[in-house]
Amino acid sequence: MSEPSSLTGRGLGGVGEAPAPRRSRVNRRFLGLVVALAALILLNVLLTPNFLAVQTLAVNVSQVSTVAIVALGMTLVIATGGVDLSVGAVMAVSGALAPLIFGSAWGLANPGLGLLAAIVLPLLVAMCCGLFNGTLVSFLGVQPIIATLILFISGRGVAQVLTNGNLQTFSNPSFTWLGTGRILGLPVQGWIAILLTLVVALIVRKTIYGRYLLSVGGNERAAALAGTPVAKVKIATYAIASTFAGLAGLIDVAINSASDAARVGNLMELDAIAAAVVGGAALSGGRAPILGTLLGAIFIQLVGYTLIANGVPDEATFIVTAAIIVIAVYLQDSRRRT
Amino acid sequence: MTTAPLDLNLRRYMRPLGGGTHLTVWVALALLILLGYLRYDNFLSAYNISSFLGYNSMFVLISVGMCLVIMTGGIDLSVGAVAALASVTAALLSPLGLLVALPAGMLTGLVAGAINAGLIVGLRLPPFMATLATMLAARGTSLVVSDRQAVSVDWSSDFTALGMNKIASILPWTIVVAILVVVVAWYILEKTSLGRTVLAVGGNAEAAHLMGLKTSRALIFVYLFSGACAGLAGVFLASGYGAGQPLEGQGWELAAIAAVVVGGTLLTGGMGSVPATVAGALLFGLVFNLLNFENGLGVISLSAYWQSVIRGAFLLVVILLQVRLARPAAAKA
Repeated sequence: MSEPSSLTGRGLGGVGEAPAPRRSRVNRRFLGLVVALAALILLNVLLTPNFLAVQTLAVNVSQVSTVAIVALGMTLVIATGGVDLSVGAVMAVSGALAPLIFGSAWGLANPGLGLLAAIVLPLLVAMCCGLFNGTLVSFLGVQPIIATLILFISGRGVAQVLTNGNLQTFSNPSFTWLGTGRILGLPVQGWIAILLTLVVALIVRKTIYGRYLLSVGGNERAAALAGTPVAKVKIATYAIASTFAGLAGLIDVAINSASDAARVGNLMELDAIAAAVVGGAALSGGRAPILGTLLGAIFIQLVGYTLIANGVPDEATFIVTAAIIVIAVYLQDSRRRT
Repeated sequence: MTTAPLDLNLRRYMRPLGGGTHLTVWVALALLILLGYLRYDNFLSAYNISSFLGYNSMFVLISVGMCLVIMTGGIDLSVGAVAALASVTAALLSPLGLLVALPAGMLTGLVAGAINAGLIVGLRLPPFMATLATMLAARGTSLVVSDRQAVSVDWSSDFTALGMNKIASILPWTIVVAILVVVVAWYILEKTSLGRTVLAVGGNAEAAHLMGLKTSRALIFVYLFSGACAGLAGVFLASGYGAGQPLEGQGWELAAIAAVVVGGTLLTGGMGSVPATVAGALLFGLVFNLLNFENGLGVISLSAYWQSVIRGAFLLVVILLQVRLARPAAAKA
């Protein structure tokens, strides 16, 4: 939570009951988002033809899953008061690595091991990117925007150097299952997104790491004085965010059966930040509304789908997304500063 | 007796460059130019200089706008998209001539800046989110207006004169205009109360407000200025390259932020130097330019993709140096 803004007068009256409004505010926000989402679905049922088809659901789920997975990590980073601009570039790196690994001579000779390596190694590389970001932020005190800007600039370049800028197409049914398979009619990546959301929500609520995370974002100095391992918490958070981005990169590549380093994860950082903020995260830190983030990602996706399905040009959805962001941030009853 | 006045004079001459620690970036720039001159034959040729300055005039502009915004502790993520929108606007109006298209492009930027200022000062949104929204809106608008196509300019009007004509075939008009803007920004920052307020807001907004400084006015000014710079950069783009490009400008905002950081300005605001930012922007462009020449020598052959890797590595080095130089208090986000 942000510090009480006594200078502006707000919060002076309710010192004794400080924790109570915080809970109810988060819940009210969450409820508001649920209501908005329900209204949007109702509107679609009435307006959009074939909205209640399994195919519509599958299309939307497969489009929103990668955003949701990245946004989960972004929410954690934002909860520490930071931001991670490098997620899109990390997606490109892991997306470029996977086909290189299972497509190599060794990978073709050992399909099973190759597949395993093609999933594990890119995730490890992604995690290292996160460790790099986290080290810059926590040990060297570099501002998160600048620290993650480095990988934002060079990460995609690394992916392009790895692939020589070529589009890598492949056919590897076991790998593409990540992006095109279905379980109970829903795309696999949808299940992954839901599972990760639940796991992260549990971690934030029930583990010491979750407590540390919120206290670091709420008041870093106080947290440090209280003995919180601030540096470790931050590094872990950036590592988680990058690993999630790496996973999203794998899924993106699996969906298309092709890896284009220039395209994978392009502008993903913006989508993820937007989802987190619509879900109730505050850039000042101290809040990690995980379920809200999932709903935020779904909400933005559904608004875009509604517009496109009803004949509004693709480009105009940018403008609507901008309006949603402005409204969401305005409604945040926090100290409105970064 | 004789050394003291000399020392004083030197300092006075150096102050316009930013002075103090900001001088390092000028030294680095000079060293790189020297390296290029000694190593490559055509490095200081009229063609290379004019194309280098012409291309980088856009980055100098948006970096200076960004510098003022960052000095207030804010950030402007919308500059790239606004430049794209302004380039489309200017290209559409280019049949009416430079005297219409140029102000129209700048006006586009001013409107975007006014929206930013309204969101940040009026609705008190965090600058990061407000300008992110403006970025998306400007990108969407430019795609809608241009119907997703590059908009060709009218070659028969005088519109392309700004971007393509050069003084003595070496100095593009765009860099002259950009330098004028730089001088204006520097003057405002160093010599006017508005400029002092900009720095005070970045140092401590609450304290500046309580001291009775017109903090809102300073904030509105910097976002308008940054918007106008982005708009002008868009006009340069359309005029110099013959088309309004709705998809151009992606990542420009981050290039500008990097230039500002390389110029020694801290993102927390309250300090910084316009001239050093210019040097930072030129330094970034020069890294590209040198790499092209190095490829031309044939000793190494780095694909275009290496350039962004090297840019990132360069930024890392600068940041690490800054961490060593910066005061502990300033290092905290």
